[in-house]
Amino acid sequence: MEYFLELFMGGLTRGSIYALIALGYTMVYGIIELINFAHGEIYMIGAFTGLIVAGLLTMLGFPGPAILVIAIVCAIIWAAAYGFTIEKMAYKPLRNAPRLSPLISAIGMSIFLQNYVMLAQTSDFLPFPELIPHFAFIDNMGSILSSAELVIILATVASCVGLTLFIKFTKLGKAMRATAQNRKMAMLVGVNVDMVISATFIIGSSLAAVGGVLIASHIGQINYYIGFIAGIKAFTAAVLGGIGSLPGAMLGGLVLGLTEAFATGYVSSDYEDVFAFLLLVLILIFRPSGIMGREKTQKV
Amino acid sequence: MTAGCDNFAHAVRKSFLAALWFVFLTFPIMVIRVNTIEKTVVWNWHRIGYVALAVFFGSFVWRWLLARKELKKDDSRNESRVESLLTKLQSHPVMKYAALGLLALAAIAYPQVFDLYQTNIMISCLVYIVLGLGLNIVVGLAGLLDLGYVAFYAVGAYAYALCNMHWDIGFWYMLPIGAVLGAVLGILLGFPVLRLRGDYLAIVTLGFGEIIRLVLENWGDVTMGPSGISSIARPGLFGIKLGVVGSTQYMYYIMFGVLVLTIFCVNRLQNSRIGRAWLALREDEIACQAMGIDKMKTKLMAFALGATWAGMAGVVFAAKTTFINPASFTFWESAIILSIVVIGGMGSIRGVIAGAIILILVPEYLREFAQFRMLLFGAIMVLVMVFRPQGLISAKRKVYEYKVAATGAAND
Repeated sequence: MEYFLELFMGGLTRGSIYALIALGYTMVYGIIELINFAHGEIYMIGAFTGLIVAGLLTMLGFPGPAILVIAIVCAIIWAAAYGFTIEKMAYKPLRNAPRLSPLISAIGMSIFLQNYVMLAQTSDFLPFPELIPHFAFIDNMGSILSSAELVIILATVASCVGLTLFIKFTKLGKAMRATAQNRKMAMLVGVNVDMVISATFIIGSSLAAVGGVLIASHIGQINYYIGFIAGIKAFTAAVLGGIGSLPGAMLGGLVLGLTEAFATGYVSSDYEDVFAFLLLVLILIFRPSGIMGREKTQKV
Repeated sequence: MTAGCDNFAHAVRKSFLAALWFVFLTFPIMVIRVNTIEKTVVWNWHRIGYVALAVFFGSFVWRWLLARKELKKDDSRNESRVESLLTKLQSHPVMKYAALGLLALAAIAYPQVFDLYQTNIMISCLVYIVLGLGLNIVVGLAGLLDLGYVAFYAVGAYAYALCNMHWDIGFWYMLPIGAVLGAVLGILLGFPVLRLRGDYLAIVTLGFGEIIRLVLENWGDVTMGPSGISSIARPGLFGIKLGVVGSTQYMYYIMFGVLVLTIFCVNRLQNSRIGRAWLALREDEIACQAMGIDKMKTKLMAFALGATWAGMAGVVFAAKTTFINPASFTFWESAIILSIVVIGGMGSIRGVIAGAIILILVPEYLREFAQFRMLLFGAIMVLVMVFRPQGLISAKRKVYEYKVAATGAAND
């Protein structure tokens, strides 16, 4: 039972990180129908920015929780800046191009960013300081759920709730929903579509950056390649829940995280990533619209 | 965006701002490198200067290219100079055959003139051309973005390596078997993903490629895991034992033969009924179905035929390097092959050949820049998509022109 609970909590932690990254995929897809392949790389850049800031601050002797907050804020700023720039350079000029073009451009961007970080930093694994302090809650719960896991899950829940409220009640959120439904119509009623798209990229990138710093501090090491696998898995989560739907992305993230945790715990840990890919392939084949997605009729 | 050209001061200001923005953007990752264990920080201030300069001048080029693209929008005949030269060459039958003959002679003489190293590079370039032409069927002609193409390549290579190790099956038997295996796997992948297209298809094929690679890496009993399979037999020449130089030259000629066969087949396919169906599928799937084309058959054919060449190239690759491991079949390999097709020109045989030569040969000779190779690939992929989506050499369909006095009307 304890093993089961441990796996469950581990899965929940993984799942919440996937959900955080998946929100970015799902928002961008909802609005411009593009799989932002470079999204995983933004998560990676967020983690690297977090590492650099945290490294500098530890040397200056800041206290742990302060470092965590500042690192996350800096990661958000830079990741958002990257997301914004990428959209302007690689996707905006292709708004009206055939569908394959932005996708290839996105893949190119992803390759570029990975190699850029690899060349500027290193290709080795870099140790990441443990930013989330240990604290004991109930004695025997400690081995099942660490404080880092608790922080990650809580941060995800907070981000999700915040984002949902933002989309529901703010003017920009309303504009986003309008743009997602029909871009041309939104433009006609006075929505600044370019601004909405930029905002979507900025918000999505910020969430990915939060995920990047939290998971890096939990795992304890990062390298330039982490964005690729995380990106694919987050995409799986987004598709699993139904791409374009925010609650779907959260649910998909949790389902994927739990599936992975139990599969590696009870079946085999060698094939960890295979389970995620298999789940992705199966979902796309049998229910491409995902758990919470709607079937979309195709327009000619 | 077009305003940048007529107002110089404005352009300078914009470029300056862009440079500032990129300095801010790249600052942490380019400048600071921390080591949290030894508690050391390395500051690379000089890099920021490079970034600023590169962005400042790059911004002018970017603006100029955007402006040029705007101007060319209504000009339907935007051919590059190389292309129009090629077109002219092709319309002259005498010139065409003379050029082809010269090319063939040069190719045959190549390994005799150049040394072993050059020949080896050329072989890998030829392998990539074949891979590119294979992927070109799937991506360029049928418009199905396949990011797991390397899986078929891996299957060909592993099939040869394993069969050679266990049952001592020779190269010449495995070449067609590898092709068939590729085709079968292509159909197996094609069946479940028939309903998907575009982005979803890209992701599923990517997942499929990764699954194959992970299985190769983890199924140690069969595939030897990450350490790979070594001392794979080179192809024999009627039982004659060849030295290193001889076998490399022999490999070159085999690969050249495979390439000629590939070009012949792909060219014939392109203009065949099924090739036309692929183009229709690429342009509009629903309209294509409405025209009575069997979508399922067409898609499966594209997957199967594309994978055939990958399977064959895999066998040649294993025979050439005599050592394979899963590290040769990562997603990056798929990305390289894709960029060959994309940068060269989707759907164009000449484009794919040009793309492979540029992307494989040029980095080999610019060894100092080898580490920037993938960085440049990524950047070029974005730039090509933004500024020249048809690639370096765009595909041309046969156009039958009907000229009425001065104004000509063109029909497809």
